[in-house]
Amino acid sequence: MSCCGSQAGLVALRPDARAADEEVLLASPIVADGVRQTDLSVPTIHCGACIRTIEKALDGLAGVESARVNLSTRRVTVKWRADGPPPPLIETLEQAGFQAHLFDFEPDSGDGARSELVRALAVAGFAASNIMLLSVSVWAGAEAETRNLFHWLSAIIALPALAYSGRVFFRSAWQAVRHGRTNMDVPISLGVLLAFGMSFYETMVLGPHAYFDAAISLLFVLLVGRTLDHMVRERARLAVKGLAQLSARGAFVLQEDGTQLYLPTNEIRTGMTILLAAGDRVPVDATVTKGSSEMDVSLVSGEHAPVRVATGSVLRAGTLNLTGPLTIVATATSGDSFLGEMVRMMEAAEQGRSSYRRIADRAASLYAPAVHLTALMTFVGWLVATADMHHALTIAIAVLIITCPCALGLAVPMVQVVAARRLFDAGIMVKDGGALERLAEADTVVFDKTGTLTAGVPRLIGSCDASRETTAIAAELAAHSRHPYSRALVEAGAGLPAPHIAFDEISEHPGYGLEARSGASVYRLGRPEWALAGVTEAGSISGNESVVLAKDGSRLSDFRFEDRLRADAATAVAELKEMGFRVQVISGDREISVRPIAAELGVPWLAAALPGDKTTHIAALEASGRKVLMVGDGLNDAPALAAAHASMAPASAADVGRNAADMVFLHESLTAVPLAISIARSAGRLVRQNLALATAYNVIAVPIAILGHVTPLVAAVAMSGSSILVVANALRLESRRRSAHAAGGARLPTKAAMEAAE
Amino acid sequence: MKDYFFLIPIALGLGLAALAAFMWSLKTRQYDDLEGAAVRILQEEDVPIRTKSGQ
Repeated sequence: MSCCGSQAGLVALRPDARAADEEVLLASPIVADGVRQTDLSVPTIHCGACIRTIEKALDGLAGVESARVNLSTRRVTVKWRADGPPPPLIETLEQAGFQAHLFDFEPDSGDGARSELVRALAVAGFAASNIMLLSVSVWAGAEAETRNLFHWLSAIIALPALAYSGRVFFRSAWQAVRHGRTNMDVPISLGVLLAFGMSFYETMVLGPHAYFDAAISLLFVLLVGRTLDHMVRERARLAVKGLAQLSARGAFVLQEDGTQLYLPTNEIRTGMTILLAAGDRVPVDATVTKGSSEMDVSLVSGEHAPVRVATGSVLRAGTLNLTGPLTIVATATSGDSFLGEMVRMMEAAEQGRSSYRRIADRAASLYAPAVHLTALMTFVGWLVATADMHHALTIAIAVLIITCPCALGLAVPMVQVVAARRLFDAGIMVKDGGALERLAEADTVVFDKTGTLTAGVPRLIGSCDASRETTAIAAELAAHSRHPYSRALVEAGAGLPAPHIAFDEISEHPGYGLEARSGASVYRLGRPEWALAGVTEAGSISGNESVVLAKDGSRLSDFRFEDRLRADAATAVAELKEMGFRVQVISGDREISVRPIAAELGVPWLAAALPGDKTTHIAALEASGRKVLMVGDGLNDAPALAAAHASMAPASAADVGRNAADMVFLHESLTAVPLAISIARSAGRLVRQNLALATAYNVIAVPIAILGHVTPLVAAVAMSGSSILVVANALRLESRRRSAHAAGGARLPTKAAMEAAE
Repeated sequence: MKDYFFLIPIALGLGLAALAAFMWSLKTRQYDDLEGAAVRILQEEDVPIRTKSGQ
């Protein structure tokens, strides 16, 4: 096993160290007397040795009080003394071979709901097991005296447990009833409360039948489902949140007295002068007043080629400064920036989707009235037939208890928990169960290009007359720059022997390229017109996507780059087409770069689309009756992600896009899309089966209850039986995976052959 | 009937003790990192979790 591998290759290039310190301070609140806490996300932690390495390295730093690794969430919590400067946490981790980034600290907010559920579950479990013990002896035929004692004991245990554990359901049911709606929690709460009330009455009048066990075990089983559901969603949420933040937390603002102050993004006002180092993201919309550089705008507009900027250029919030330091003046606050505009468009688009009702709610809205009506009619029927009020009421309540939607309450969440877990294992995070239902309904897939179909990272595609020697020289130079083309060159030169040239000084000329001296000769790697300056080679400059390596102004070789398709993009699209989907590409990039990619995949395309165009396009598709799955990553895709029926984003997506998407996939392969759809569809099938099972159970059990044959024993057996059936059916999704794995193993050779053919 | 006088409180008491133990372990955050706990038992030095109240 290769353990705790360090990321070899690149010369470490850090953004401005001061800015990093200020960012750490912003993200580290004071948690105790003079102690700050920093949460770091370290996605590569995976074993016991990693834990030791990290904790030892961090504990050794000056000022660190304690460092604790959480392997489940891949996070490190560091407490350090607030009187000193922030310890170099991220740098230390990087030296130890771990990529780390800041995780926004939340004061135990997410844990609150989970621990409430777990505590409720523990209390219900305790009460259910003890009441069940007492009930078994009653069913076994205890004498009247013992039976009454046991009923009283059960009541004493059940009352606090019901009050404590039942709150979860009562609260949600009360919310629904107060707003004139009904959900699954309404019949659950009503059934449990009535079962308890009737049993309590029976106990007081020393009657033979009490249903305490049914009421409490129902709570217990439903809480198990609820807790599992919550934990899966929480895990997905944390995993998505743990990804690197791709918008600026703040920036250095130049004060009037010449000093610099680090301000969080939302405190930056129009007209402030911001100093933007290479490697920083633009915090708010701004204009360049000094300096020149290149910007990576792929997350913002979808254009994959870096854009050159100089004095007077307009920058959009969220773009990444690649090469040179810039002085910029804010032209908008964060709320009015491009980002803020996207968030507003997203909110507007989301309103359309919120009308979607989850299948469980739809089932509940049919189920609850039907059940309550049946109970009422039973009551009236028995009252008319026997004129015995108490008897009629007892039977009517027994109907409510037996129909209490235990199986129905588990039918949907259990399947979704198993499905979400399967997707999680495949690196796909699902935000909530409703997303799976919507995904299963999709019939059209719209892809964004840059960063979604393509990796968003340029790759060296060919170089005229480039030998291994010149590529190695270029890679050596490129290691000193963060420009995406340089990164691609470093990657290409990774396996090559080091060149026999020692460079004395290497400098980066923002917007142009790199220059290095070796003895008397000058090497330049960069834009052709700059690298070949002084030599008039008319007609040899082939376009802005090529880079030239020149020695003293004469060309050694040139390199061309292209954004490459993601691994398996072609397979994924072919698979989707085979499944009967209509597949489209819509991109903010220029036609010239969209067309070849769309042609390669054989799908219709739309280029140079503005964010608004994307949403209108999706709205038009939806209006024509299609259900759209949008897959996109950029800031400009966020409104479209929110507008579509279902949406997915890669882990490399802009923060807003990740938040807008229903699902986030972590692996590079695009086959995540067809995989998620097929799991969502089989989950949908199982949900419908489960609902059918629950209905069948009611068809059998309700007549027995109406006829008045339900004793506590019958109720306990029927209810647990139906729950077990539903849970077992949900677990079939898990067993299907094993057979799918076996099939996947057989398919591997073809995949390898395809890769070799590329 | 006299047997119940002892047996039932004992049975319930045991159950309650288990419940209290579970609540305590939950409160001291022993379930926060189950995967980590599984690999930490193999480490030689035993470092206790420092909770906020423990400082």
